[in-house]
Amino acid sequence: MHLDSAMSQRVTFNNKLLPYLLLAPQMLVTLVFFFWPAYQAARSSLYLPDPFGLSEQYVGLENFTFLLEDPYYRASFLTTATFSALVAAISMGAALWLAVMADRVIKGSGAYRTLLIWPYAVAPAIAGVLWLFMFNPSIGVAPYYLKALGYNWNHVLNPGEAMGLVVAASAWKQVSYNFLFFLAGLQAIPKSVIEAAAIDGAGFWRRFRTIVFPLLSPTTFFLLVVNVVYAFFETFGVIHTITAGGPQQATTILVYKVYSDGFVGQDLGSSAAQSVILLLVVGVLTIVQFRFIERKVHY
Amino acid sequence: MKRFSVTAAALALVMGATPAMAATQVEWWHAFTGRLGDLLAEQIKEFNESQDDYEIVGSHKGNYSETLNAGIAAFRAGEQPHMLMVFEVGTATMMAAKGAIVPMHELMSDTGADFDPEVYMPAVKGYYTTTDGKMLSLPYNASTPVLYVNKDALEEAGLDPEMDLATWEKVAVALEALKKSGHECPLTTAWQSWVHLENLSAWHDVPFATKDNGFAGTDTELAFNGPVQVAHIQAMADWAKDGKFIYAGRRNEGGARFRAGECAFFTESSAGYAGVKKEAEFDFAIRNLPYWGGAAKKGPQNTIIGGASIWVMAGHEPEEYKGAAAFLNFLSTPEIQAQWHQNTGYLPITMAAAGLTEEQGFYEENPGTEIAGGQMTGKAPTGNSKGLRLGSFDQIRGIIDEELEGIWAGDKTAKEGLDSAVSRGNKLLRRFEKSSK
Repeated sequence: MHLDSAMSQRVTFNNKLLPYLLLAPQMLVTLVFFFWPAYQAARSSLYLPDPFGLSEQYVGLENFTFLLEDPYYRASFLTTATFSALVAAISMGAALWLAVMADRVIKGSGAYRTLLIWPYAVAPAIAGVLWLFMFNPSIGVAPYYLKALGYNWNHVLNPGEAMGLVVAASAWKQVSYNFLFFLAGLQAIPKSVIEAAAIDGAGFWRRFRTIVFPLLSPTTFFLLVVNVVYAFFETFGVIHTITAGGPQQATTILVYKVYSDGFVGQDLGSSAAQSVILLLVVGVLTIVQFRFIERKVHY
Repeated sequence: MKRFSVTAAALALVMGATPAMAATQVEWWHAFTGRLGDLLAEQIKEFNESQDDYEIVGSHKGNYSETLNAGIAAFRAGEQPHMLMVFEVGTATMMAAKGAIVPMHELMSDTGADFDPEVYMPAVKGYYTTTDGKMLSLPYNASTPVLYVNKDALEEAGLDPEMDLATWEKVAVALEALKKSGHECPLTTAWQSWVHLENLSAWHDVPFATKDNGFAGTDTELAFNGPVQVAHIQAMADWAKDGKFIYAGRRNEGGARFRAGECAFFTESSAGYAGVKKEAEFDFAIRNLPYWGGAAKKGPQNTIIGGASIWVMAGHEPEEYKGAAAFLNFLSTPEIQAQWHQNTGYLPITMAAAGLTEEQGFYEENPGTEIAGGQMTGKAPTGNSKGLRLGSFDQIRGIIDEELEGIWAGDKTAKEGLDSAVSRGNKLLRRFEKSSK
């Protein structure tokens, strides 16, 4: 409603050039840092260059057919989907639970919150190394105790355990970020609504299910988008340090393959083609999220 | 090529603008940290102090892959160093980059430096030499796999610690005894593809790839799914199933377990010697890499090297190349080489350095350190044992690692896994062949 009143008092500028001038810096940044690299990637994906850039050949869509004919590359889509879904679900679930709990704490809540936010300051590669040390099959603390319980931990050969480990490390790192947003979201919910429900006799869980969670949905939706992007692109350091994509290809997500083909294998054509595919996947995913999930969001 | 002349001009300007620069700076990008990094820095220091004309500037650029990448990226930006340390699997990539490198023999003749390729050990330089005998890069750190034995563990299992371990058949007997005595890690390995496929093939004189393992052309195809390799990998898989072979990881993760005394046998680079000697609190021995008596009736051939060599990159000033040539010659001197060999366990790259080490009594005082050299020089290398020259080889090793993991986990038989690795690897070789045309 206040929007309408603002509209009616709109200030008008008669200078036709000014808006373009004001937009120009932003456009320039977008062009230089987004469109230009994206164009370069798209172009490279049609060529087969040598590593040193001494020569290149136009190969049409060969880089793409080479990839899509490879069953290991196709399997990488499923790995990525599993990994991203698990990371998003676990990090958001844990963060929501912690936020709800921290929201109820009255004494020393500042200390709790600070401690919960800390892991966010840890770089992905460092987080990976920390988890790797804890779960190293020969020297780690966790396998030592698991062995005492009769479980033989070996993520070096067991694909399921390797996936579990990279998911845990990636999710752990993201919990703090999600926690921060959930906590802010919870505190933005008017106390009066919750108190009214309490007076009507709704218990904690009923209040959470029918009032708090729906009112949190904009935050949850925002975090879903952010977490999926995080799982897709920013978990590289964690995977690189813990499993390097193994065992077999159990933890080779799409982005990791872009790295290993491009930077380890010097196959820039294939790497560029993979970036283009990734660009399309993220585009589709974003459309799906905004078209189908956002409808369920109450602002 | 135009880019180079612009860079050169810019460089000349910068050089000219710096008043009274005493020594010509020559950059060397390398991949060593820790103790190896310290030893490397000492060599640079010694060279710089030995003369006033050139100053070598060493920079650490990460691990082997990262260093190669840094060099390539720098070349694309026209900022390449004069010398770049490239691991052995990057050899084909560097060789194919004709406009980006200056082959060592060319560098030496262009700068008029003393150069006699005959002083280098044939089995070491062979990896970095063209089929018509021209040296392309200077082998810097070269090692070969050997068998490390925890003698205390053998004794505890009721075995003779001096027992014959020349063949895998004999090792298998020891593994059985170790397992029976309740040993938890009879055998582990580092660098599985390098030791158990690449070296296994050379050691048994069977091809790892066609066309002399890629030396004779980029139209090479992988061939490590032959009967010798399949039998060996299947034996290892059976040992893995019985708990006799413990897989620790793709790199040298097994080393920590061996050095801690947990494992009885460990196949690892001869360069692992320094670490084992420093940390092992048990009696250990170094033996030849075992071979299959049944497959190599006339005894083993020779093993091949791993490690890195120094490549000289194109696009620099003649004066700087003179500095690079002088430094490479300095590294090849018997004194420097012998010292490097004794400190690290890497092979001496020249015959003279091996002779000097012998003279100094090092082999007598450190039994087992002569094994690696002997393994390389026992027989003249054949087309199967000169080395490997395969494009995209870092990636192919990744594929081999993946398939071997499938085999160790029991998901695939040795034959299935190796067949799959060969066909996946061949696709990459075809791409490389096409891109380097």
